[in-house]
Amino acid sequence: MKRPRFTLVLDPIACDGHGVCAELLPECIRLDPWGFPIIESGEIPVELLDHAERAAVSCPRMALTLVKLTS
Amino acid sequence: MMNPATPTSTARSSAGSGRPAVRPPTGAERLLAGVGPQGAAVGLAEHLDRWGSVPTWRGTTFLDELDASGLRGHGGAWFPVGTKWRSVRKAGLRSPVVVANGAEGEPASGKDRVLVQQLPHLVLDGAVLAAATVGAGRVYVHVPSDAVPAVSRAIEERRRAGLDPCDIEVVVAPDRFLAGQETAAVATIIGRKPATPTFVGLKPIREQGVGGRPTLVQNVESLAHAALIGRFGAEWFRRVGTPQSPGTVLLTVTGRWAEPRIVEAPLGVPLGEILQLGLGDARSFQGVLLGGYGGGWVTPNEALAMPLTEEAARKCGSSIGAGVVALLPTNVCPLSEVSRVVTYLEGEGAGQCGPCVNGLAVLANAVGQLAYRPNALRGGVAAIPTLCGLVEGRGACRHPDGVARFVRTALRVYGDHAALHLQRGPCHTSAPPFLPIPATAPRQGAR
Repeated sequence: MKRPRFTLVLDPIACDGHGVCAELLPECIRLDPWGFPIIESGEIPVELLDHAERAAVSCPRMALTLVKLTS
Repeated sequence: MMNPATPTSTARSSAGSGRPAVRPPTGAERLLAGVGPQGAAVGLAEHLDRWGSVPTWRGTTFLDELDASGLRGHGGAWFPVGTKWRSVRKAGLRSPVVVANGAEGEPASGKDRVLVQQLPHLVLDGAVLAAATVGAGRVYVHVPSDAVPAVSRAIEERRRAGLDPCDIEVVVAPDRFLAGQETAAVATIIGRKPATPTFVGLKPIREQGVGGRPTLVQNVESLAHAALIGRFGAEWFRRVGTPQSPGTVLLTVTGRWAEPRIVEAPLGVPLGEILQLGLGDARSFQGVLLGGYGGGWVTPNEALAMPLTEEAARKCGSSIGAGVVALLPTNVCPLSEVSRVVTYLEGEGAGQCGPCVNGLAVLANAVGQLAYRPNALRGGVAAIPTLCGLVEGRGACRHPDGVARFVRTALRVYGDHAALHLQRGPCHTSAPPFLPIPATAPRQGAR
C-alpha cells in the first residue's frame, strides 16, 4: 500500500498573519513583507510531516490544515 | 463524438399548439437572433413562437448532449459546462440548487444585462433545464437591480402558464465588481455578507453551496446557449465555431465610439474580422483589453491576427473571459488608464485576505507612480511584476490573480510607454478617461 501524502492548505480569510506556522515549519513556509505566510505548494516531505502537523494545530486562527492528497 | 440520444419531443412540435415548425438559427447570431425590436424584453408568447418550448430530456441524456456540444462557461473561466453539471448532480444526497448568474460586476461588460433584460425567457429556459438535469428543485436568478423588473415579469409569466416544475426566485446582485464571483454570489443569496467571497479550499460550491446543498453557479449566457442546445442538439451547436471552441460568444466591444456594442460572433473567427478592422487599422488604437479587468492586454497586431478562442487569448497571457473587447484609443495615456482601473479594483477587494489587502494597495500605488510620478517609483518598472508575484494565488478568490494579470500584460504591451515615462515623465493629455469605472465605486480617483 502506498503511504498517504499530505499538503498544507491555508484559509487566507481566516489567516491574520501571526506567523507561528513559519516559525515551526520554515522549510515550507516563509512570510511575505506584511507577515502573511507563503506556503510552498505540493506534498510535504515525509520527514517534515510532524512539524507540519504542529504548525497546523498551533495556528491561533485555525487557518492552516494538513490535507491528505487524493491523487 | 455525438450522442445518439434525442429529445422525447422536439421543439418542432411544441406543446401540440399547431405552431409552425421552429427552425434553428443558421447564421452567426443565435442568442441575439431572438432579440425584439428596440431591445424590448421578449415576452413568453413571443419567445415560444420564436423558439418553441424546450423538449424533455430523459434521465441524464442531456448531460451527454452537453458534453457532445463542447459548450464551455461564458462567465469567464471557460470550464466545460457538461463536466460542471455532472459534478453537481453527483455531489451529494441533498437536492442541488441552480444559480443563474447575471451579476456582471465587470464594468466593461454589458452582454449579460442584454440577455437578462431582453431575452429573460431564454436564460430561464436554460436555468430550468439545468435544474431538471442536475435534479435541483430551486433556481435563483442573480441579477443587478436594473434587471430585476424584466426577470420578475418573465418569472410571473411562466408561473401563470405553469411552465416550470421548479421554484424560481430573483436575487439582487449588489453593484460590486466581485458580485458575480461564485462564492460571493452564494453569500449574497444566503444573505450572509453580500458580494463577499468565501474560502472553499476544502469543499467547492458545487458540493456545498446555498444552504449546504450542491450548487451550480452558471453564467446566464452559458444557460442561454444550453437552452438552444436543449432544443436543437449538440450537432447543431457545433455547426459554427471550431472543434475545441464550438458555438458563438457574446462580446461587449468598446472603442472610440460612444456606446459599447454587444456582438455575437462564432468562436474561432479572426478577431479583426469581428471588429471589422484590417491589419492596416492596427495604428488606430494602442492595445486591446480582452476579457475585462481580470483579463489581459494584447497588442493591436496580436488582436488583429488572433482567432477568437480562449486558447489563443491565453497564449498571449490574456483571456476571452466574459467577452470584453476594449480597443484603447491612441489619445489616452495607457498607464494612467491602467492605474485608474487598478485603483478601482483595489477598492473593490473584499478586504478579507492579508496578501490581497496589503499587496493590492502597494501595487496600485506603484502603478500610480509609474503613471503620474515615475521618478517616485523605487526599483523601476521591474518592481511591479515582483509585487504581482506577491499577490498571485494567495487570495480566497481569484481577484488578486486577475489584477496581477491585468498589470503584467499591460507592462508587456505598454513597456515602451513605461520606459518613456521613466525617461521623460508622465504624459500630459487632455483626453477624457476611456475605460469605464462605476461612478459609485468607493475610492475612485484616489492616487
